Amino acid sequence: MAEAALRLEGVSHVFHRGTPGEVRALDGVDLALEPGSFTVVLGTNGSGKSSLLGAIAGSLALTDGRVYLDGDDITDWSEQRRARRVSRVFQNPFTGTAADLSVAENLVLASGRAGRRGLRRTLGRERRTAVREQVARLGLGLEDRLDTPIGLLSGGQRQALTLLMATMVKPSVLLLDEHTAALDPRSAEQVIRLTQAAVARGALTTLMVTHSLGQAVALGDRVLVMHRGRVVHDLGDVRRRRISEADLLQLFDRLRWADRLDSSTAEMLRRAYI
Amino acid sequence: MNLVIGAVTMGFILALLGLGVFLSYRVYHLVDLTADGSFGIGVAVAAALLVHGALPLAATAAAVAAGALAGAITGFLHTRFQVNALLAGVLTSTALYSVSLFVMGSGSVSLASSPTLVTQAHRLAAGLGWPETVTLLGTDVQSSSLATLALMALLAAGFALALTGFLGTDLGTAMRAAGNNPQMARAVAIDVEGMVVLGLGVSNGLIALSGALITQYQGFANITMGVGAIVTGLANLMVGETLFGRRSIGRWISGAVLGAVAFRLLVAAAIRAGLNADALKLVTAVFVLAVLIVPQWGARLRAPRRAGARAHG
Repeated sequence: MAEAALRLEGVSHVFHRGTPGEVRALDGVDLALEPGSFTVVLGTNGSGKSSLLGAIAGSLALTDGRVYLDGDDITDWSEQRRARRVSRVFQNPFTGTAADLSVAENLVLASGRAGRRGLRRTLGRERRTAVREQVARLGLGLEDRLDTPIGLLSGGQRQALTLLMATMVKPSVLLLDEHTAALDPRSAEQVIRLTQAAVARGALTTLMVTHSLGQAVALGDRVLVMHRGRVVHDLGDVRRRRISEADLLQLFDRLRWADRLDSSTAEMLRRAYI
Repeated sequence: MNLVIGAVTMGFILALLGLGVFLSYRVYHLVDLTADGSFGIGVAVAAALLVHGALPLAATAAAVAAGALAGAITGFLHTRFQVNALLAGVLTSTALYSVSLFVMGSGSVSLASSPTLVTQAHRLAAGLGWPETVTLLGTDVQSSSLATLALMALLAAGFALALTGFLGTDLGTAMRAAGNNPQMARAVAIDVEGMVVLGLGVSNGLIALSGALITQYQGFANITMGVGAIVTGLANLMVGETLFGRRSIGRWISGAVLGAVAFRLLVAAAIRAGLNADALKLVTAVFVLAVLIVPQWGARLRAPRRAGARAHG
């Protein structure tokens, strides 16, 4: 097997460790992503999906475990250092762009993610032309608004640009954190289409968190289901095996049932002993 | 006329203070109280070196370096140790007060017998064959004071242009992104903490330059000269924003420079009209407060009327 693009070994994150309120956001997650694969992470609220992305992007410090990117141990790398090779699209379209900077400035900043930033002019003619071409390829007509502060654009437009910013320099891993959840259905659909195109063009290794079972079966080669900080289901070959939304829904129902059983058992024990 | 020339000269000197405050307040959204200390250390370092016979240019450069170091320290305290930005600035500024005293050796120093950038400008003007006095709008004006004015205007314009240019480079754009949206900046691999340290360094270097020029212009140094620098800088900036708007960085920065000049002219007019010069800092503070809260009053005055109209409709 080829070297995994991303590998997690025993990754854990515990909030309020050693107190009665201890929460295991991530509980010994092992995971390897093959280069060029598209993996979707599903899970209930608080199951650890977002923590998983945080652990990879470096915004969440690990309590335990190691993270490897293309074989390099990046566990101790800062978020900004990882960002040279790990790109990210956030749920909130306002998070991924600098509102007061122009569209072109935002894009040029993203295109420089892997290099040093010196005293070269940000918006020289050559770069403007390059940025213009890439924006035009989105097909949203934004190539005529390169000098508009990006904060004046709609959420959908900003998210489409954030996606472009995340993919214009090929990342080792692309992280998508419910990146269509805050958008209206039309914009969401558009951003999903752009995601598919960008991922296909760059053969990008992608990890997407979503609540949409439809997106999961439509986009994913592989679907992970998380629960209480662990990966409880790992379904490969989603499309070949024709796994459907209904199959995934059933998995969720079973998890919820197990949860209820757990809490009623706890309640029973409390009544009996306290 | 002489009063006007003096005010405009002061305006250009304090424009550099305005540029420094622009960087911390508008680019990073920080009220950087290091300003008082770095203005003071600029005064102190320049004065002490000049008294000991240093070259004016070298003394000024050393003052800038001291201010930049002070700003970087504040930035470091704020980013690496998560000290609140206001507190970090106050700590640095307070410490600098003592440092300035050590550097100057006493609370005030006279530069009357030392060559400075200002006396060099006078010598240059004389060397170019400028007459002793010229007549401007019917008053006799010392051409040496025009030479000083030209020197300060050139410096202010030069640094304003340089800052505008810098903010349009990759590094400058990264700084603006770090100030505007740190999360976005980190996500495109910008070292946000490093940018804050660098930005506050540049900002306080400019502020110290302003201090170094003031002391050479006035021919003496006093330990209290830095008091209230941040408020003066904010006042300059706000006058500039009111007059020129914030539509582009170039406009905004030109506004900061010309706003400083306009504010000095206002001050000169107020003093001419009988304002006690001791009240200057009080008036400046009230002015800044007014610029901050008047728009809120305006909104509040308009809002009930609109609500009332809706109730009647």
